[in-house]
Formats: sequence, structure tokens, C-alpha cells
Amino acid sequence: MSTPIVEIRNVAFAYSGDSVIKDVSLNIWPEDYIAMIGPNGGGKTTLLKLILGLLKPDTGVIRVMGQSTQKASSCIGYVPQDVHINRSFPITALDLVLMGKLAPKKRWARNSASNRREAMAALEQLEMAPRATKKIGELSGGQLQRVFIARALVTKPKLLLLDEPTASIDTKGQADFFKLLGELNKDLGILVVSHDLLAISRYVKSVACVNKGLHYHKQAEITGDMLETMYPCTDEEWCPVELVAHGLPHRVLKNH
Amino acid sequence: MIDALQFEFMRNALVAGLLASVICGIMGTLVVVNRIVFLSGGIAHAAYGGIGLAFYFGWPYLPSTIGFSLIAAMVMAAVSLKAKHRADTIIGVIWALGMAFGIILLDLTPGYNVDLMSYLFGSILTVPKSDIMIMLFMGVLISILVAYYYKDLLALSYDEEFAQIRGVHVKGLYFALIGMLAVTIVMVIQVVGLILVIALLTIPPFIVEKHAKSLVQMMVGSSLLGSLFTITGLWLSYRYNLTSGASIIMVSGVAFLISMVIERMELYSRIKNK
Repeated sequence: MSTPIVEIRNVAFAYSGDSVIKDVSLNIWPEDYIAMIGPNGGGKTTLLKLILGLLKPDTGVIRVMGQSTQKASSCIGYVPQDVHINRSFPITALDLVLMGKLAPKKRWARNSASNRREAMAALEQLEMAPRATKKIGELSGGQLQRVFIARALVTKPKLLLLDEPTASIDTKGQADFFKLLGELNKDLGILVVSHDLLAISRYVKSVACVNKGLHYHKQAEITGDMLETMYPCTDEEWCPVELVAHGLPHRVLKNH
Repeated sequence: MIDALQFEFMRNALVAGLLASVICGIMGTLVVVNRIVFLSGGIAHAAYGGIGLAFYFGWPYLPSTIGFSLIAAMVMAAVSLKAKHRADTIIGVIWALGMAFGIILLDLTPGYNVDLMSYLFGSILTVPKSDIMIMLFMGVLISILVAYYYKDLLALSYDEEFAQIRGVHVKGLYFALIGMLAVTIVMVIQVVGLILVIALLTIPPFIVEKHAKSLVQMMVGSSLLGSLFTITGLWLSYRYNLTSGASIIMVSGVAFLISMVIERMELYSRIKNK
């Protein structure tokens, strides 16, 4: 564990003059399971795009596996926020997963048998193998979500990035979903974005609050049962929240 | 239909129509899934400016038309990448300007009168052999290019962001796609006319999309369906002495309506069965 998967150092980014991310530093390690939370417009998605190399930081450095983000973007499996876009597109679950095997310089329409096997294995891991030949329009939101994760997994990533993956899943589904990620976390690091400040599963090991800046809460800190406190996520705004839950565990963050 | 084929012009018309159907089936699939139907319309109309240039300056017809449409298409592609929310407006402007520019140049060309109707509806019944050879060559070239870049095109069409992360040169590929589209449109318009090109680019892929499980299936299905429309339309135009291009489009339009009705009925019966 000498180098982190992702190393973010003093990164700032602005969209046409409007500062979105300011002085963010974070290391992500292979064993991490981080939930990234924060208000809408707080810069969560921007930070993801910076890590993926889709955007370039104005100042500061981001390194992935010690390389530049452009070069190393294949080390990161990405599950986009909106899986419902293009629902009517003529593509099967299996072909969608095979898209993860896309590599420059490998042309022609045919997919190799080994790629197909890998794609099927990824679908199997996510219990989606029986639906491999279904068109994506015939799958439910939760099923499609799993297919997208399978697509991210066949890229053999060191880190899985998920942007608000639970938006289209009901509460029971969400619990299962975070558990599933917990399973995957045995093999790779996970960074999951959520705008839902309260719905963070106990499988999550640490929490990063993003609102322009970033506050990182380690495991030890967030297991404290401080039910009487509030849920602060920003320096300026305080969101008083009453936690209602049946039984433990609960998780409350200290003041920044 | 068989007795119609004893005329050479009917045989040529049939072959030209089938080739146009196949080319439009392949490109139309990419047009429909990438939602660039409006952009295709823009290219097709702006190409008229190229025709005007060719006649006014006495330049060779095909190179100047293709050159002009390529430039117009690249501008439209750049705008649709840079300013997505304003793209349709800018395309509309180029669409209208290109067409007007062409017509004014033709007005200024002394002693020449190009028939606008033949540009719109083509002259499929007077297609020379040389045009058929050009279309055949184009069809083969497009098939090879699309097969070679298939995975990249699929990723670009379905999930541009993911394609970029996987190392696909998204912008270059997009410009290449639009460029290929511009060349295709100009060549096929020559033969079957602007209106039929738009119809063949959109109607068959739209009908097939719901039933296809992959882009390849959609391309093959659209080509077959377009061919069926072409054959039926040509037969009707021969039998009842109608304009051939318009007949093919009417057949496509009726098929489009029928597919919509069938889809509605399926939806209705599914709801009822629940």
C-alpha cells in the first residue's frame, strides 16, 4: 500500500469563473469504501469528472496510480449518474457490458470469445446473467444499474466510481445495493456519490463531505453514536436532522 | 412489376433506389440513434449552395457540392459540440442560408436554369449508369468504414462520456461521422433527391429501432425495409403514373403510421392484460 489509487492535491476548478472546487486534497486507497456526500451544486460530480480526466484542474494535481488522469483513466471503473438516458437504444445487456472492453486500436465489429466470457462472468457476478440477451429497455432501473456496474467491472478497475447510483432504486433495493458494493470492496476501492445526506449504509467505511472544499471523516470518527447532534456538512449551512431508525447502527459526524 | 423491368430506365431506377436504401439504412441508423436528423436536414439543404457555386463559377459539379456541404457540415458539427442548447438554431440558419445562397447564385448565372424540383425529388427514372457505379462504390466504402469503427461508433452513440474515458477520440470520431454523412447525403441526393434522402434516413431506422437488438440489426433491418418501400413505391409510380420519389415516400409514410398504430395497440393490450 505504498501509493494510493488516486492522489488529489490542492485541486481547484471553476466553470467560467465560478469556483466549484476549492483546495481539495484526498487520497483514495485500494481498501477504501468512501461515500461522497454534499448538497446539489456542491461539486461532487465535478470532482468525479476531474478524477476521470474528463476535466482538467485549474490548479493542483490529480494522479491516478502515479500517472496523469488521461493515461490512467482505464484504472477506474465509472458508473454514470443517469443510466436511463437512451433507454430505447438498440443494445442488449451483454453488448453494453462489452462496451467496457472497448480499447483503442481494436477495431471491427466482432468481439473476441474471451471478451464475451469476461462480460458474461461480470454479469453473473451481479446476478444478471439470465438477462444478458435482453434489450436494455426491458430491464428495470435496478437491473440496468447492475449492468452498468458489470460494464465498469470488466475494465478490471482498481477503483469503482459511482455517481448517485441509488436515485432510481427503492429503499430495500438501496440496502441490497450498498451491501453488493461492500462485497465488491473486497477486491477494489469504491467511491460512491450521493446527494441523499442520510442514506449511507453501514457498509461504507468513510465519508467525504464535498461543498467546494472537502472534509474527510475516517471510520473511527463516524461510528460514534451521537444521536443528539446535528448533521453538519458545510461550514456555512447547518442542516438540523432528526435521525429516526430502528436499532443500530447509526452514524453521526462531528463538527468540522 | 416484372413487365416494368423490360425498360432499362426502370431497372436502373430500381438498382439506384435499392442502393440508396442500403446506404441510407446504414447512415440513417447512426443519424437516428445520435439524434442528428435535423443536422442531416441542414446538410442536405445547405448543399444547394454548393450547386449554385458550381454553376456560377463553372466549377466541376460534384467536388464543389461536396466541398461546400462538408464545410457547412463541419460548422454545424462544431456548433453542436460547443453549444448544444443553441445548436438547432444555428443549424436552422445555415440550412436556410445555404439554400438561399445557391438559388441566388443560380439566378445570377446567365442562361442557365436548374430545376429546383429535380433537386428536391430527384430524377430516379433518368439515373445514368455512372451514378449507379458511384453509389455502389460508396455503399461498399461506407459498409467497410462502419464495420471497422463499429465499436467506437456504438460507444459514441450510446454513451459519449464513457467512450471518452475508454480512450475513444470522441470529437474526431464525431466530425468523421458528420463528414461521412455529408458526403453520403450529397451523392444520394443527386440520384433520388433531397426529400427521399431525408425519408430513407429517418423512417426505416425509426420503425426498426424498437425491434432491433443491436446497431447492426438496425442497419440491416432499415436497409431491407427501405428496399421494400422503394420497390413498392416504384411499382405504384409505374402502375398509376405517379412521381416515383414521392410514391416511395408515401409508402414509407403509410408504413410509419401503421407501425405507430401497431405499437399503440400492443401497449394498450399489455395494459389491459395487467
